Amino acid sequence: MSLLFDDDPKFTAYANPERLVSTQWLADHLGDEGLAVVESDEDVLLYETGHIPGAVKVDWHLDLNDAVTRDYVDGAGFAKLLGGKGITRDTTVVIYGDKNNWWAAYALWVFALFGHPDVRLLDGGRAKWVAEGREFTTDVPSPAPVDYPVVEREDDGVRAFKEDVLGFLGGQLVDVRSLPEYTGERTHMPDYPDEGTVRGGHIPGAQSVPWARAANEDGTFRSRADLDAIYRQEKGLTPSEPVIAYCRIGERSAHSWFVLQHLLGFPNVRNYDGSWTEWGNSVRVPIARGAEPGDVPAP
Amino acid sequence: MTDTSDLTAALRGIVDDFNALTTADRLQLLLEFSTGLPELPERYAAHPELLEGVPECQSPIFLVVEVDGSGPDAPVHLFFSAPAEAPTTRGFAGILYEGLNGLTAADVQAVPNDISDRLGLAEAVSPLRLRGMAGMLGRIKRQVREKSGI
Repeated sequence: MSLLFDDDPKFTAYANPERLVSTQWLADHLGDEGLAVVESDEDVLLYETGHIPGAVKVDWHLDLNDAVTRDYVDGAGFAKLLGGKGITRDTTVVIYGDKNNWWAAYALWVFALFGHPDVRLLDGGRAKWVAEGREFTTDVPSPAPVDYPVVEREDDGVRAFKEDVLGFLGGQLVDVRSLPEYTGERTHMPDYPDEGTVRGGHIPGAQSVPWARAANEDGTFRSRADLDAIYRQEKGLTPSEPVIAYCRIGERSAHSWFVLQHLLGFPNVRNYDGSWTEWGNSVRVPIARGAEPGDVPAP
Repeated sequence: MTDTSDLTAALRGIVDDFNALTTADRLQLLLEFSTGLPELPERYAAHPELLEGVPECQSPIFLVVEVDGSGPDAPVHLFFSAPAEAPTTRGFAGILYEGLNGLTAADVQAVPNDISDRLGLAEAVSPLRLRGMAGMLGRIKRQVREKSGI
């Protein structure tokens, strides 16, 4: 049984308000039967220093990725992970994390690959919970293992591969990296080291919408009206056509995927998780440089 | 087996400890190094501008090296500043503190640059973070070189 949705007035304008909860809602529902709280951070040790009481950790390196294949876990792996955390297919899952919920959105997106029915993001993530002085604990819960069904991962419709993007040139591509990454001036985030991309630039035709434009200073999502103004009016993106979002390794674009899919209600949004680390290193794949989307090569 | 023959005793002990553990326990050990990192003394806490930033790291970290005297035998002291909400970065700083603090300038210069790759953490943390630790070591060595005159 799903828990009741958060009827915070801010959320009602979003296309899928049931995908977000506020810190107050979470504080009010901690300990409710049928609720699991999951922390997923970029800093893989942050959970151990303190977390929301009852929250379990999902480590993006060790839990979501296959150890050998450059891919996510399969249905059996996902069932083992979630069952081991005490999460059933009927559990309402609320995910939060550090760095503006990048990795929380990423984890939510992986949950979406398996079609977990009720998974929500904590608006503002870990930082807002901290800023509000809410309770943290270092007690690690040990939920009784439960059965989570083996569900085949369905990448179609949610995830894009390099070949999909090659066939999508000329379509609505959104590059959510910072502007210097988009223009090709640098191949990594400002102040972050280079992760080894051979060339800088963007996928030809991609619009630049840095992920941060979707977030307020406190890490919460901007209002529906603000988001519409950016993605629809300014960038001219239309829900009637499919969209593919990408960044450097797929985590920032999971955040933008969430915005387009759940807050603006675009029905067909895919995240290209190979992103620039794959595209910028791939042989015979076209790129564009500079501040403009650039010419799309003829097929 | 990870080669430790070219390491000083302290670093060899750390590398051996990490490699004796499972991946999950390696993270726990990294967390212990994070909590073991000493606070900055007042002379630096009050003057953060004296510390050098390490932009290779994914979280803010600053460090400064003191060398007692000059020459290869001069002892080296390390000081780090890293926020508590960046435990992985703090953990790497803690390893370098534990492994290098008090060594001579020559011994610090001799630390292999790939020390971050020998901790068995490649599966558990991103390459960016391991490179951040290498970035800290590079800056420590440069400061030691400048301050010891070797």
